[in-house]
Amino acid sequence: MESLGVLLLHPMNAYLEQELDRRCRLHRFWEAPPGPPRDEFLRAHAGSIRAVVGNASYGADAALIDALPALEIVASFSVGIDRVDLAKCRERGIRVTNTPDVLTDDVADLAVGLAIAVLRRIPQADRFVRAGLWKAKGDYALTTRFSGKRVGIIGLGRIGLAVAKRVEAFDCPVNYYQRTKQDYPNYTYYPSVVELAANSDLLVVACPLNAQTRHIVNREVMDALGPKGVLINIGRGPHVDEPELVAALVEGRLGGAGLDVFEDEPNVPEALFTMDNVVVVPHIGSGTNETRKGMADLVLGNLEAHVLKKPLLTPVL
Amino acid sequence: MPPPATNAADSVADDKPLVLLAQPLFPHFAAALEGRYRFVLAADADAAAAAEARVLLVPGLKVVTAELIDRLPALELVVATSVGVDHVDLDACRRRGLAVTNAGGAFSVDSADYAVGLVVAVLRRVAAAEAYLRRGRWATDGKFPLATKVSGKRVGIVGLGRIGSLVARRLAAFGCPVAYHSRLPRPSSPYAFFPTVVALAAESDVLVLSCALTEETRHMVNREVMEALGGGGVLVNVGRGGLVDEPELVRCLREGIIAGAGLDVYDKEPDVPPELFAMENVVLSDHRAVLTPESMAAALDIVSGNLEAFFAGRPLLSPVTL
Repeated sequence: MESLGVLLLHPMNAYLEQELDRRCRLHRFWEAPPGPPRDEFLRAHAGSIRAVVGNASYGADAALIDALPALEIVASFSVGIDRVDLAKCRERGIRVTNTPDVLTDDVADLAVGLAIAVLRRIPQADRFVRAGLWKAKGDYALTTRFSGKRVGIIGLGRIGLAVAKRVEAFDCPVNYYQRTKQDYPNYTYYPSVVELAANSDLLVVACPLNAQTRHIVNREVMDALGPKGVLINIGRGPHVDEPELVAALVEGRLGGAGLDVFEDEPNVPEALFTMDNVVVVPHIGSGTNETRKGMADLVLGNLEAHVLKKPLLTPVL
Repeated sequence: MPPPATNAADSVADDKPLVLLAQPLFPHFAAALEGRYRFVLAADADAAAAAEARVLLVPGLKVVTAELIDRLPALELVVATSVGVDHVDLDACRRRGLAVTNAGGAFSVDSADYAVGLVVAVLRRVAAAEAYLRRGRWATDGKFPLATKVSGKRVGIVGLGRIGSLVARRLAAFGCPVAYHSRLPRPSSPYAFFPTVVALAAESDVLVLSCALTEETRHMVNREVMEALGGGGVLVNVGRGGLVDEPELVRCLREGIIAGAGLDVYDKEPDVPPELFAMENVVLSDHRAVLTPESMAAALDIVSGNLEAFFAGRPLLSPVTL
């Protein structure tokens, strides 16, 4: 791989960067800021850059792909590749890989952790104790049981199935919606998100983001989930109509929410910060040392397979 | 809340059975049991009530001393509303041949859920990530640091009773290998048994305490156990604060002897060691693991069932082995 010119779009993982630097000819895109430095960088290196490594936030868009005539492969350090111009890649014959599976467990772990945290108000308890209020105010605040709640999952793919497997151990009945019904004897299919929400206590968003699933959780879905219902979003921010979510929470039409993703990250609606029935975390779904190393190894493995003309490990295109 | 006790003058003409209260009843217990018993607060009991009382009901974790028990010559039964009965002087009960009942399985599900919630919250740093976001630091300081994976971590459970078994089943579904320590191995259990807590801790990434507090188990998690758990290890306690040597826990967290802790219980509640307040690798809570309407309703059912059984001369529902 020594001769492979790789453009890393953003400093996303120290181990990945170090390995790319050691094993390839690495270019760090952020060292050439937009404007004259970037134009000069592209003039000097565009012809030798055969691979782009991005992530869920930094992808190869049409402009970048057009600027790189020698581009052969886009290896994304993420599952989601909504920032990669797939049509353009297909047209140019550029291969695209992502990092599926390795982060499935982390995201599912967090989804269940958020569900318990919202219902049992764990971060709230932590704030309460740290503020010294236990002694001052006393205890006895009832919270809501998690076990046995009806869990509705939007998208029973890898992550959705991993969530289902976990919540079954809490005796939670599992419902799901996706475009096509699957043959799962223990899970109940609903043909629309509204019907799924109406028959669930917790709604977990675990589908990919695309034109059909943007704002799949809208006002109607939130109203169907209802004033005791809880939304868990570990998918992508734009799956949820965020101003409607804030309104539903403020007006008590929705019981609570556990959110790892937001529409305009890292900006989060400030109204959420003062609510006690939400648990909000800064997109940490796959943020573990173990998983990031697994993802980095998969990016490196795909690049290596491409150079050696072997089958790619996790091809999207 | 006014104590739901009738005064002694009314009780003379009243043929409902007398039940002494160690402290006032929870409001919804009082509402449900009202009219079925004559309740008198033990502290207010006159000589006649003390001489008559066959049952002492102990709401919450009010301490029941040998002295109180000795003041009640007709006492036959102590009814606790909790699972753990370490707040009752069991030696005194044993000497007097008293029966003691607890909340049985009423709280098991919520305790187990809470333990799992704490495991995820500590390893994935949910509370710290929440605080980071709520203070607006994501937008100004960038990404939150990487945390630790839950799935696949080796979980050691101390006390494979009702709660421990449910914790085991739940975390097994996260892909975690489970092992346990208890006084005796459980031949029907699919999990690996370790004869000591130290041995269990040495083979675990996460140690969950879900056993009863007794003279044998007091301070069972000491420095040696935490050293065995090690620098990547996490302690989760949904049992009782007394199971852990608390000053030693604070030192081990500060020195990095263990990686973190999730604590719902403490040695001297509601006092929490203030050193913990500044630590980002701990998740603290106010002994709330069992506080859901479902658990409280189940506890009320079992308390009321035990009282009914006792006065009807039927076997008790949830006697504690003394």
